[in-house]
Amino acid sequence: MSEKIVNDFSITIGTVNGSGSQTANNTILRSLFKMGIPVSGKNIFPSNIQGLSTWYTIRVNKDGFTARRDAHEIVICMNSNSFSQDLANVLPGGAFFYTDSIKLDITRDDIEVYRLPVKDIMREQKDVPKQLKDLVANMVYVGVLAQSIGIDLEQIRTALDYHFKGKQKPIDLNFKVIEKSVEWAKGNLEKTDPYFVKPMNKNDGLIMTDGNTAAAIGSIYGGVQFMGWYPITPGSSLAEGIIEYLPILRKREDGKHTYAVIQAEDELAAIGMAIGAGFSGLRAMTATSGPGLSLMTEFAGLAYYAEVPVVIWDVQRVGPSTGLPTRTSQGDLTFTHYIGHGDTEQIILLPGNANECFEFGWRAFDIAENLQSPVFVLSDLDLGMNQWMAKPFEYPNEPMDRGKVLWEEDLEKLNGDWGRYRDVDNDGIPYRTVPGNKHPASAYFLRGTGHDENGNLTEDSATWTRMLDRIKKKYYKAVEFIPAPIIEKKKGAKIGIIAMGSTELAVREARHQLETEANIKSDSMRIRGIPFAEDVPKFIESHEQNYVFEMNRDGQLYQLLLGEYPHLADHLISEAFNDGLPATAQWILDSILIKEKI
Amino acid sequence: MAEPLQMAGSKIKVNRIGLQKTDYRGNLTTLCQGCGHNSISNQIIAACYEANILPEDVVKFSGIGCSSKSPSYFLSRSFGFNSLHGRMPSVATGALFGNKYLHGIGVSGDGDTTNIGMGQFKHVIRRNVPLVYIIENNGVYGLTKGQFSATAEVGLNLKYQGVNSYMPIDIPKEALIAGASFIARSFAGDPKQVKELLKAALSHRGIAILDIISPCVTFNNSDEAYHSYAWGREHEVAIHDLSYVPPSEEITVDYAEGEFKEVTLHDGSKILLKKLEREYDPTSRVDAMRVLEESDNSESLLTGLIYIDPDRPDLIEQHNLVDEPLNRLNESDLRPAADTIDMINNLMF
Repeated sequence: MSEKIVNDFSITIGTVNGSGSQTANNTILRSLFKMGIPVSGKNIFPSNIQGLSTWYTIRVNKDGFTARRDAHEIVICMNSNSFSQDLANVLPGGAFFYTDSIKLDITRDDIEVYRLPVKDIMREQKDVPKQLKDLVANMVYVGVLAQSIGIDLEQIRTALDYHFKGKQKPIDLNFKVIEKSVEWAKGNLEKTDPYFVKPMNKNDGLIMTDGNTAAAIGSIYGGVQFMGWYPITPGSSLAEGIIEYLPILRKREDGKHTYAVIQAEDELAAIGMAIGAGFSGLRAMTATSGPGLSLMTEFAGLAYYAEVPVVIWDVQRVGPSTGLPTRTSQGDLTFTHYIGHGDTEQIILLPGNANECFEFGWRAFDIAENLQSPVFVLSDLDLGMNQWMAKPFEYPNEPMDRGKVLWEEDLEKLNGDWGRYRDVDNDGIPYRTVPGNKHPASAYFLRGTGHDENGNLTEDSATWTRMLDRIKKKYYKAVEFIPAPIIEKKKGAKIGIIAMGSTELAVREARHQLETEANIKSDSMRIRGIPFAEDVPKFIESHEQNYVFEMNRDGQLYQLLLGEYPHLADHLISEAFNDGLPATAQWILDSILIKEKI
Repeated sequence: MAEPLQMAGSKIKVNRIGLQKTDYRGNLTTLCQGCGHNSISNQIIAACYEANILPEDVVKFSGIGCSSKSPSYFLSRSFGFNSLHGRMPSVATGALFGNKYLHGIGVSGDGDTTNIGMGQFKHVIRRNVPLVYIIENNGVYGLTKGQFSATAEVGLNLKYQGVNSYMPIDIPKEALIAGASFIARSFAGDPKQVKELLKAALSHRGIAILDIISPCVTFNNSDEAYHSYAWGREHEVAIHDLSYVPPSEEITVDYAEGEFKEVTLHDGSKILLKKLEREYDPTSRVDAMRVLEESDNSESLLTGLIYIDPDRPDLIEQHNLVDEPLNRLNESDLRPAADTIDMINNLMF
């Protein structure tokens, strides 16, 4: 065996979809996390309930570079259908584990190969009920891998305890198989590959969560009162997170509810309900993905023009149409920004990690209510559905901003003299009232048709222009609310790297590689919302070359930057690519090296 | 609240909450003269006035079309939301959660409901959203100038469209199948019945579907057309004579045994149904379907309260909301306390 490689490799596990491997994979991920080693887990799954091939990729990296890699040092194959592919995917010198029920030939001699005695071990497990045997069998690879690379069994137990919510029976059932497998490996597996893990203390104080759960909990801290939603991957688990945590976080002694969540008949109804609730003065939201967002288009335009606050999460997947429904993308950016017919420019937040999913969860309501506007939050499948290391969630550091709402006593003071769309404060933001206000002058008639300052129907040209210009004024005002970009500087850097969302870790790793491997120093800017903050053009201007990296085909962020800053066009280079998989540092590195002609 | 004006020598008529009928009016209509929808708007005004409903306690909703314009022609002191084509039900569903004490009145048309809006129509019914859902049904598109809607009868001949060969959608039947808790059909040419049905619907807890044949004088009013004034007047068969008795009022009419049926609504009000030609029990879904089918076969316009289930919980009740209107809750009600954040972080791995 060559020199040991510790805490720096990727493991990919190929299984059959629906075979229960998620429990096993999460157990490995979580126990590595608890060992204090920076780690990530990514589920590369098909749109299927049962039967197709699915993969789970875990990356451990002592330096915290946990973006996905294309290289796999360790591959575990539990699926005969993906056997050839899995075998081919092992890096030379890597390790290949496969279940002994696969009777196919090993055609490589540049890797270390281990057979997993799944059948034998499971045959001995007399107390595992028959219907659970296939599920629990996955624990064989957990045990053998644990012994092979050195995963702490105590941490495995902790992970199982969490997964089964402390229920002793399933914990014991699974742990026993793991112990048997460890025992077998101790006696029978001769370790010939160099990959090991060793405890570190890099994860102290961190939690593990997925972006959708973080967004759901953040929305609850934002005081969500109404959610209309329709099932769609990868948006569903955000809504389901809200359903799970609302009763915990908004529990009252009288058992009554301060909220309502409704699964609508489709996305049109989901957003229609949310907009109705927003009009009624509730903190209202919906969560969806690209195809659902397409259906929400007409309502998005109505809410924009009629100025109804509503929060819309789009957990992006690959499109157009059904596209690759279980793969990740950043392809909805321009669509979302302009969603609605006629003149629309929508406000967008772009979280890049689970902590920002939480923060933008509550912040989006403040922005929507302050500006009386839809606010879109673009996450993606990788961020939303995979487990990420995160800092603990932080309690909102600002009070709720309910915006300009007039109640009875306010109208009394005004002698009832107010108009729904008057720009009283000259900031583009009018005052509003909500149903249930008992003042006889409180009511107005909300409509998507042309209306004047008092909300009255008009088709007058000058009024139309005036109204639309005022809404644009609000859009510029939104800059004050958009989180500033995250800028990381390196002394002597010549190039800038611009990105958004979940590519954060890949960018960070690529910058490190550029510097250490090619002596190219770079600055980076992660944009966190639209309209662009003031720092955005400054950053672009300060580099001759800015590479705009994004996970789509056409360079949508690049297009929006070009449109906003045409005079900076010479400073921008588009690097857009999307194959449905989370971005890798290699992609960023290679793209820059080619352009920098090295 | 505005006090009724007392003028010397004349006493202005006010309702029990001190409002005049003019407090319920809206903007001047821009629909065609003679349009059935205007007649319905007037009956909404009369019904709310007579039922002593504060205009501020009503929210109006509509989709798109001639009918959907009409909410601005009544109850100016009520909030209104003129939404999207076919999507009024979803907007109303969300909005009514804002304050659970509000009355929702939705106005839609036959195109808005049975063409583009069939999905939301069905779902707003199955959820039993507390909404008076009026379909001003004229069998034709008005604003886009005279195309067939899905309620147009087979054989209807329209000027620029030719002859309709598709089966019509029957709104009360669809409502019945979807599980509506209140279904009525009426005729804009029978304003008294429209008004009584509206009052009953406003007292009903849950969805109240009112299919009101409301002739389009411009595009579909030839004597032989099913949605015309002439056809309605000649073929209307009221299933009973209906009157609404508010919650605290005594029933004053004398009636012989077996002549009346009485339905008590959740707020204590009553609907009195005087028997006409036949016995009819509006609490039976089977009888409802039978009578609708028979009316089709006899080519008559059957009107009245076709079905009612006064006891089914509505959507808002199902959600067990706090007593205070949701839209008056503040940060202390809505944002979990600061000490919960550690608990939630501990729930993560």
